[in-house]
Amino acid sequence: MKRGVAITGMGIISAIGTNVEENMTALLFSKTGIGEISNITTRHQKDIKVGEVANTNSQIAKSLQLPENTIFSRSALLGSLAAKQALENAQIERISEYRTGLVSSTTVGGMDLTEKHYKTFQSNPETLKYLKSHPAGDSTQKIAEQLGITEFVTTISTACSSAANAIMLGARLIKAGKLDRVIVGGTDCLSKFTINGFKTLMILSNENCTPFDANRKGLNLGEAAAYLVLESEAVIKKANKKVLGYVSGYANANDAFHQTASSAEGEGAFLAMQKALKVANLQPEEIDYINAHGTATLNNDLSESVAIKRIFGDAVPDFSSTKALTGHTLAAAGAIEAVYSIVSLQEQCVFPNVNFKQPIPELNIPPAVKFQKKKVRHVMSNSFGFGGNCSSLIFSSE
Amino acid sequence: MKTCFIHSAICISAQETFYNNDFLKEASEVTTEFASAIHPVYKDYIPPAAIRRMAPGVKMGVVAAKQSLNEANINIPEAIIVGTGMGCIEDSEKFLNALIDNDEEFLAPTSFIQSTHNTVGAQIALGLQCKAYNMTYVHGAVSFESGLLDAQLLIQTSEAKTVLVGGVDELGKEFSVFFNKIEKQQPQGIQVPFGEGAGFFGMSSEKAGAFAILKDVQVFETVSVADITSKLKAFLTNNGLLFQDIDAILMGENGDAYDVYYHEMQASVFLKTPQISYKKVSGEFYTASVFGFWAGCHLLKRQEIPKILLKNSIEKKNYQHVLLYNQYKGKEHSFTLLSRC
Amino acid sequence: METLRQELKENIIEQLNLEDFTVDDIADDDRLFGDGLGLDSIDALELIVMLDKNYGIKLTDPKEGKEIFVSIAVLAEYIATHRTK
Repeated sequence: MKRGVAITGMGIISAIGTNVEENMTALLFSKTGIGEISNITTRHQKDIKVGEVANTNSQIAKSLQLPENTIFSRSALLGSLAAKQALENAQIERISEYRTGLVSSTTVGGMDLTEKHYKTFQSNPETLKYLKSHPAGDSTQKIAEQLGITEFVTTISTACSSAANAIMLGARLIKAGKLDRVIVGGTDCLSKFTINGFKTLMILSNENCTPFDANRKGLNLGEAAAYLVLESEAVIKKANKKVLGYVSGYANANDAFHQTASSAEGEGAFLAMQKALKVANLQPEEIDYINAHGTATLNNDLSESVAIKRIFGDAVPDFSSTKALTGHTLAAAGAIEAVYSIVSLQEQCVFPNVNFKQPIPELNIPPAVKFQKKKVRHVMSNSFGFGGNCSSLIFSSE
Repeated sequence: MKTCFIHSAICISAQETFYNNDFLKEASEVTTEFASAIHPVYKDYIPPAAIRRMAPGVKMGVVAAKQSLNEANINIPEAIIVGTGMGCIEDSEKFLNALIDNDEEFLAPTSFIQSTHNTVGAQIALGLQCKAYNMTYVHGAVSFESGLLDAQLLIQTSEAKTVLVGGVDELGKEFSVFFNKIEKQQPQGIQVPFGEGAGFFGMSSEKAGAFAILKDVQVFETVSVADITSKLKAFLTNNGLLFQDIDAILMGENGDAYDVYYHEMQASVFLKTPQISYKKVSGEFYTASVFGFWAGCHLLKRQEIPKILLKNSIEKKNYQHVLLYNQYKGKEHSFTLLSRC
Repeated sequence: METLRQELKENIIEQLNLEDFTVDDIADDDRLFGDGLGLDSIDALELIVMLDKNYGIKLTDPKEGKEIFVSIAVLAEYIATHRTK
C-alpha cells in the first residue's frame, strides 16, 4: 500500500498549553482550559465560558522578538508562534532548500483589531493602519514573513473545517509533486465579533461544554493555532528525516442542507468520512480512534453521531471530542485536533471525552470516557462547519 | 495527467458583461469614485426565499455560478471553488456596527451568518443541492488564482471531472471608503477606482465544447522587481514556451507604485506583444483578476482584443497562448497561462 | 390588539426582508413557519431578538419560540400578556 504524506513537525498554542508537550500533558491528565474570559472586555463575561490562551499579545510579541511598534492581529501572533514551533520541530533550518509552501486558514482574521478601532477609522486617519490587518490573508502573510516563505502562500476559510482543508490541500500538493514541503494549519483568536455572533445563534453554553452528552447545552468558544510540516517522500529519504505520522486520508464534502445547521442524517459528515476512508484505502474497522468534531451543540453532536453510526454500524470505534478541554477554536480546530491525533498515534492512547454523563438517547453510542492505552494505527479527525463544509482526515502511524 | 478545459466564462462587473455579448464594445473607463457592478435582475435567477438574506456579493456569485454551469452544460459539478479577498464585507459591516452601536445587545443572527467567508460557496452548493468538494480561498489578490490552482489539480489528478471555479468581491459601504483613504495617504497609491464583481468558470477534463485550456497557474507571495522576468521565464519554460510564444499579456496595472513589476516586462520581453490593461474598466479589488481571466477566455474564444483594453497598438491574427500576470502591492503574485484548444 | 398585530406584521416584513409581502398579505391566523409565510430557524432567532428589543421579553431557549411564533394572532396575544415595555 502506498503511504500517505509524511508529517515531520508540529507546533501548537491553545488554552491547554503553549507547545506540544504542554498540550500533551493536559490531554493525558484531562486538564481543561475552559474558564472565564479575561483578555477581552465583553458584556457576556459572566454568561459564557471560553478556552482562552492565557498569554497576552505583548507576551507573545515578545517571545517572537517582534519590533516594538509592529501591528499583528492576535490570530497572526498565535499563528506565528505555532508555525515557528512546527519548523523547529521538523528541524528545518534553510526554508528555501526545497519548494516550500504555506497553507494557513482563519475565520476571524484581524477582526480583533478591526472591532477595536472601527469607529475611529472615519474620524482619525492615523488608526487606519489597523485596518490593514483585516483581510483574512493578512495573518498568513505575517506567518510567511516570520518563516521566510516566499513561494506558494494561500489562505483557506471554510468556517470550522478550515484547517482540515488546509491540511488536505497541503497533502494533495505534495502527492501531485507540486511542492516538496508545505506548512499547513490554522489560527483563530477570540473576538467580540465571534462571541456575539455565536451568542445570536443561541448555541453558547454558560457552563463547561459537554460534548455528546444527552443534556448538552451548547459550545464554548476557544482560541488557538496549530501547524504541521508535511514533506515529500523524496525529502524524507534525502534528509533522512524522522516521521511523526502520515496524512493517509482526507475528504471534503458539503451537507447542502442549511447555512448553519447540519442535516438530521449527517449526509455531509457521512460523505466526508466515507471518502477519507477510500482515499486512505482503509476499512471502517481499521480506524482505532475518532477525534470527533463534537462541539456540544444539540445539532452537531446528534448529526455527527448519526453519521458515525452510518459509517461504522455496530462497531463504532473509541471516539471523543477534545473540545471540552480546548473550546471550539473555529478555523484552528482541524489543526489542533490533527496534532492531538498524532499524539494519539505517538502515545498509543485514546483521550477521554470529559464532562460526559449520559449518551444521546436516540443513538446510545457513548464516547470514550477514560484515558486508555491501546494499539492505535489509524486516527480519524472530523471538522464540520457552517455552510455545510464537512471535512474528514485520517492520520496513520505508518 | 488530465487537461483542464474551460467550457464557460461568465462575469458580472462594472461593465455590461452579463447580458451583453459584444465583448466590451461599449465599455468605457470608470470615472466614478467606485466601480460598482452593473447588477443583473437577480430575481430572475434566485428564488424569493433564498434571495432575501443575500448581500450583493452572494447574489453576484450565485447568479454568475448558475449561468456558468448552464453554458458549460454541467448540471451538478464535482467541485465548487470560490475565491474572495474580503469575503462578505457588507454583512460584516452590518454586524460590526450593530455590535458596537448597541454595545453587544439586541443582536440579530442574520448578518453574522451571512458574513462568513464561505457564504457564496455554501449558497451555490445549497441552491444546487451539490454535496461535492467545496472550498473557499481568501488570500488577497491570489484568492481566485488559488482556486484556479486547486481546480486544475483536481482535474489533472482525476479527483474531479467537472469543476465550478470563480471569484467574487463586493464593495460594501464602509471598508471600501476606508481603504480608499489609505490609498490617498500614499505618495503613489492606487489610481483606478475600487470596484466589485464576480466571475465563474465551468471546467472539465472533457474537450468537447471547450474553447480554452487552463495550462498552468503559479502563485507566489513575494519576488523582487529584478527577479520577476526570470521567474516568468522559468514558468514558461516549464510549459515548453518562450516569451515570443505568448500572443497577448493581460496585466493587472492599477496605477500605483508597484506597477513597475508590469512595466519591467512590458518594456523588455513583451515589447512586441499585444499588451492588455483591464483594471481601468473593472476597478481594483482582490478578485479583479477574475475580470482579466474572463477577458483572456473570451479573447481566445473570439480571437480578438477589445479596443478599450489594448494598451499598445499591437494586434495579432491568431491568439494561441495568453498570459495573465497580477500582483497587489508587490505581494500576492500570480501567473496564469491560457491556451486555445 | 389590532394595532399590535399591525405593528408586528410591519416589523416582521422589514426585519426578515420579506420583500414580496405587504401587511395585507399576512392574515392574523396564517402560519408563520412551514407552509404559511415560510419562515425558518434563522427567522425564529430574529423574532427572539425582536421580542427582547421591542417588548422586553427574554427567551433563553429557542424551543420556547415554537409555541409563540405560531401566527400573528398567537404572537400578539403572548406579547400583550408578557411585555415589560
